[in-house]
Amino acid sequence: MARGMVIIGAGECGGRAALALRELGYDGPVTLVGDEPHLPYERPPLSKEAMVSEAPEIKAIASDAILAEKSIRHIHSVQAVAIDRAAHAVSLSDGSALPYDKLLLATGSTPRKLPMPGLGPRCVYLRTFTDALAIRAHLTAGNRIAVIGGGFIGLELAAAARKLGAAVIVIEAQPRILMRGVPAEIAQIIHDAHVAEGVDILCGDGIASIADDGNEVRITLVGGQEISADLAVIGIGAVPVTGLAAEAGLAIDNGVAVDAELRSSDPDILAAGDCCSFPLAVYGGRRVRLEAWRNAQEQGALAARNMLGAGEAHAAVPWFWSDQYGLSLQIAGLSDEGRSTVRRDLGDGAFILFHLAEDGRLVAASGIGPGNAVARDIRLAEMLIGKRAKPAPEALGSQAVKLKSLLAA
Amino acid sequence: MSDWVEACATGDIDEEDVMRFDHGGRTFAIYRSPDDEFFATDGLCTHEKVHLADGLVMDDIIECPKHNGRFNYKTGDARGAPVCVNLKTYPVKVDAGKVLIQIG
Repeated sequence: MARGMVIIGAGECGGRAALALRELGYDGPVTLVGDEPHLPYERPPLSKEAMVSEAPEIKAIASDAILAEKSIRHIHSVQAVAIDRAAHAVSLSDGSALPYDKLLLATGSTPRKLPMPGLGPRCVYLRTFTDALAIRAHLTAGNRIAVIGGGFIGLELAAAARKLGAAVIVIEAQPRILMRGVPAEIAQIIHDAHVAEGVDILCGDGIASIADDGNEVRITLVGGQEISADLAVIGIGAVPVTGLAAEAGLAIDNGVAVDAELRSSDPDILAAGDCCSFPLAVYGGRRVRLEAWRNAQEQGALAARNMLGAGEAHAAVPWFWSDQYGLSLQIAGLSDEGRSTVRRDLGDGAFILFHLAEDGRLVAASGIGPGNAVARDIRLAEMLIGKRAKPAPEALGSQAVKLKSLLAA
Repeated sequence: MSDWVEACATGDIDEEDVMRFDHGGRTFAIYRSPDDEFFATDGLCTHEKVHLADGLVMDDIIECPKHNGRFNYKTGDARGAPVCVNLKTYPVKVDAGKVLIQIG
């Protein structure tokens, strides 16, 4: 009898993988193990809609009824503690063991901890629904919220906090917000939107010390400025969860190191989503690790196909979005691969920056605008990047030339 | 149920494209296929209520601008994660250069 498929991590990636195994017709045992008490759920709303909702709810990827109908066993509130590779079994924190034919690690990432003494109960991180509820309770009119780190989670949270009338200050040690992966021209628009909404943004100054007495957090910057807050939310990036894989002796390289088919150094163990680094074909096999919802979803589905022997290589172009106030940003590809940019204006203040490599190849596109103004052209850009196209810069820059026409070329 | 409403002129939509149409407090998406036929669906994605008319049409697929949920706009069928609920479709006819939809 088949031992079955075991998936560790019941987030976007693990949840999608379990569903995909059934969609592909696999009829052996499928077990999804998660350390949270909830059904598999979507995390992107946690820093957005859930933060401004009166009563935040989980946006489940699959209901109990669906899991039951598809015979997916979901073990929640339990951690995987060790992998016995020789025996093909995972032991869990409740003392049980799960045998597997193929194992998928979809353990995700965890917030990078601020390496500093003085943090207390009012210094928090955002990763889970439980974290979101705790933060949400502090986002009230007049409350002072300090956001440490000018990345996407911090900025989305700042926008939500302002909407609810809290006083918000964002502290970023780098010279500007969104240093990683977002062009300065676009980061400036987001910066200006926050300032217009009343957020204070302090860039280029690090934190010298923090003191949290349980009622108030006092932050002292290197430059001497002192900030008092009712809550400090720390959003300084994320690190892959690799402890289980490392203990089992799997190769680690900024995440569980997998090949293009998402296989780890043990061919019966795959890894997908935030927890793995993988070679990205479209950039000549450059090894990357992505912390993005769509990547988690696509790699979860790909892992399921490959657990069943498809032998299919990951071929997607990275894609990412963020919503703040009425603005939506979308980025396809990795902009640091570019050497020059071409701007295309779409009207209503929306625009896209196309990033071109030295040889003229389109390697990324970064867009911002109201609502979903940039979505369609970013999607077309993503396809052009995937095709390794070298579109004429003047065509990219001209609104008169439809991007779709470049795809056919 | 024979409630035909004029949505737009045929020339308002390019081939293999989509346009938003609001009527009576509701929102619809009107499509022109690559082989020059017209179709209509509900205007909002069944995943997170995003206007599909901001999305991309490729062949007989409309892709949601937000999370790339895909539907066949001719049948309304959801085509994979994150969408699982089908899109409602409406009858369409073309009369004297006008696109009419039966919203019932």
